[in-house]
Amino acid sequence: MVPLSCYLVLSGTLFACGVVGFLIKRNIITIFMSIELMLNGANLSFVAFAAQWKALSGQIFVFFVMVVAAAEAAVGLAIIIAIFRTRETLNVDRVNLLKL
Amino acid sequence: MLHLVLFLVFALGCVAGAVNLLAQRHPIDSALSLVVVMGSLAGEYLLLGAEFVAAIQVIVYAGAIMVLFVFVIMLLNAGVEERTPGSRVALLLGVPGMLIGSALVVWLLLERSPTPAVAAGALPGPPQTIAWLLFHDYLLPFEVTSILVLIAIMGAVVLASPPATTKKES
Repeated sequence: MVPLSCYLVLSGTLFACGVVGFLIKRNIITIFMSIELMLNGANLSFVAFAAQWKALSGQIFVFFVMVVAAAEAAVGLAIIIAIFRTRETLNVDRVNLLKL
Repeated sequence: MLHLVLFLVFALGCVAGAVNLLAQRHPIDSALSLVVVMGSLAGEYLLLGAEFVAAIQVIVYAGAIMVLFVFVIMLLNAGVEERTPGSRVALLLGVPGMLIGSALVVWLLLERSPTPAVAAGALPGPPQTIAWLLFHDYLLPFEVTSILVLIAIMGAVVLASPPATTKKES
């Protein structure tokens, strides 16, 4: 028997790791992976609450989150390929065309 | 008891993978530690009785999406990440602030919320019930996601295909 709060703490930890990676990483692919980590943390809390309140809708929402994540990964990686083709770099600090 | 031990093992795998993702400097190492995180999360879903979500997690996330990531890393020949110096103020204020904030949240969750324990397999989520919900109650969102995936496929093809300017010159 594991309390719901343990699952929520784990979910929050994963989300925080995603946020920290999003902020400190400089490689655009690793930043994208941090976003996936945040989505996974949110999914865990969805499933934990679904088990807590005995409502299967939580698992359906996890399904939809996964569909959106898959679509986002496909389009995002295509954008990364397009950026690499024009700028020849994966470092986000070198993609600074809109910076003053 | 066994439930708690399994929860701790999978949670340790999740957190270790997530921290390793931050610590590694090569994108392929980060991608492989993200696979570890997703595999451990599938174990957590199984502990919560969500077999369908666990299977989808392994097939879609650890299978399809991570293979896409590894493909792109190989395709672009991504090297070791180069560090740029960050701001000192952000480091001095951000790290203590983050520690205080996360400690507050953990304390609130663990001490102040009288939530009963989640029993192992308390919620039987067989694929039949999920399919009934998905194709009955959530039919419209399900169909909308099919359009979303179609648009994503077309967008990925358009964005990733090489520019067509070379054809005119030749």
